Amino acid sequence: MAETVLKINDIHTFYGQIEALKGISLHVDQGEIVTLIGANGAGKSTTLRTISGLLAPRTGSIEFMGEVISGMPVHTVTAKGVIQVPEGRRIFPRMTVEENLGMGAFLRTKDPAGVQASMDHVFQLFPRLKERRTQKGGTLSGGEQQMLATGRGLMASPKLLMLDEPSMGLAPVVVEIIFDTIKTLNDQGITILLVEQNAAMALQIADRGYVLETGNVVLEGPGKDLLVNEQVRKTYLGET
Amino acid sequence: MATDMTRSRSVKRPAVPPRKLALWIVLALALIIVPVTLQAAAGLGFLVRILVIVGIWVLLALGLNIVVGYAGLLDLGYIAFYAMGGYAGMLVGQAVSGRLGGATFWVVLIPAALAGTLTGLVLGFPVLKLRGDYLAIVTLGFGEIVRICLNNDLLGLSNGATGLPRGVEQVVPPWPANWLADNVRFPTPIGEFAFGTNLFWYFVVLMLIIGAIVMIRRLDNSRLGRAWVAMRENEVAAAACGINIRTQKLWAFALGAMSGGIAGVTFAYVQQFISPESFTFMESVFVVCVVVLGGMGSIPGVIVGALLIRGVPDLIQGLMVAGVIQLSGDATSMITGYRFLVFGLLMVIMMAVRPQGIIPSKRRALELHPEDDRTLAEEDMQLWDTSHRDISPDDV
Repeated sequence: MAETVLKINDIHTFYGQIEALKGISLHVDQGEIVTLIGANGAGKSTTLRTISGLLAPRTGSIEFMGEVISGMPVHTVTAKGVIQVPEGRRIFPRMTVEENLGMGAFLRTKDPAGVQASMDHVFQLFPRLKERRTQKGGTLSGGEQQMLATGRGLMASPKLLMLDEPSMGLAPVVVEIIFDTIKTLNDQGITILLVEQNAAMALQIADRGYVLETGNVVLEGPGKDLLVNEQVRKTYLGET
Repeated sequence: MATDMTRSRSVKRPAVPPRKLALWIVLALALIIVPVTLQAAAGLGFLVRILVIVGIWVLLALGLNIVVGYAGLLDLGYIAFYAMGGYAGMLVGQAVSGRLGGATFWVVLIPAALAGTLTGLVLGFPVLKLRGDYLAIVTLGFGEIVRICLNNDLLGLSNGATGLPRGVEQVVPPWPANWLADNVRFPTPIGEFAFGTNLFWYFVVLMLIIGAIVMIRRLDNSRLGRAWVAMRENEVAAAACGINIRTQKLWAFALGAMSGGIAGVTFAYVQQFISPESFTFMESVFVVCVVVLGGMGSIPGVIVGALLIRGVPDLIQGLMVAGVIQLSGDATSMITGYRFLVFGLLMVIMMAVRPQGIIPSKRRALELHPEDDRTLAEEDMQLWDTSHRDISPDDV
């Protein structure tokens, strides 16, 4: 039985008066890819933002490696190794590719050799970024920006990498590359929490999945099982 | 002070090209020779005084530039830090000048800088959760509160609208201003040169500016500097990189305020007098104008901005007073009256034509003139080709 990395106990998160998460519980084990799927507004990104500390849950708790991290600010959560790759490819458009990646390693001041190794790793994963390393982030294509955002997350040497909608707004071919990379990273031992609207793609690579609907977990199970689940097929995979 | 934070990347500095070196030498010589010549030339000494005031404004604007240009926080009450520095310096100075004499000014630079920094932190803690317009409004209010408190002598320290120093007290000029004025004088072909107080202050301000520029350039290349850039470009992404947004903003506020405090005490000692009317909202607006007009985030830009906004009006006035240009009373009052109109117009035109400022910083210029959105699909297709040479998209 693998060790539990992240454990979420019944969190309720509000945007003002609106309850966006109505009691989400889930867990991520060491070495897993866990995906959260669901429609727009189901609470997937809210869950991720609550974990990363951008939002605080009103009730419930989040434990990372046995330590309660709910209520901590983003930079503290990040320092613990919970790294979020934000939705919408939030890169630094006026910094070069290399500078963007360097920002990802902002907290690793005492480990220049490790940072260099991470940089090499990212360039090995995404040779395209290496080619463009002196180019400004804003001049990259959508796919390259997603690569850059992911690479920047890797630069922080994550214990848990959380990807928020990495396929959003990308051409199908690029989505393939991104998902290939997620799988590769997982094979290299990185635990991944993946939020996706593209349920089919996400469930194919995920060990386990949670289906969210209006702030609740309505289904959970191994990715393969969810992929053949009738309800999931109807609602999220667009099959009749 | 921030040795830990200013640890910069080990960038190999390229050798300075000879042309650039020559340019720097010419600039350095000009900075010395021009004011000395002006001082010697009969009737032009007042220009040195204008240079001193412009210099103080450069210092002030360099400080605000950290807040607005680097950290991207609009502060409309920046003059409050200038006031706090001036008052703190003057109060401490008058208390200790009996014992310290000519050293007073040099010593009170420290309490003035501290007063500025502390005011920056006091304002910063509660307001840095605010953004954009809201932050601007709160800082505007803060600036006015400080001025009104000083004007009403809230704590019995500021001596109200009359200002400091009180009554018959005198401000002791810093060493070695008097010695220089008494001993360094010689005739020149254009008039007798005397190392007057104005020239002395000119060099003091020049040194302070150089110090500020060195500090800011080091900051720009530091972790803190990069954190500011990241924060300005995308706050969420910056937070996701582990940057403590609040702390970085506080650093910007505190450092900017420190520079304002130093400018304030210098101003107080140059004038040998300080009163609340020097710290109105309009002054705050002028500092913002200097930064915006010159170019946010750009050191040369800020200097040019200060020369234009502070230097030109003073120059015109000075020339009139000195009788170099003869104007009727009507023309004089017109120039004074239309000053704001001209500034307003200038700002509107600048924003429309050249929003990045006269001498923009390279990065800020990019932010205001984003690259055209390129067609992404085509690029993504190429991307696919390079990483999946062996299979075609149809296979998946």
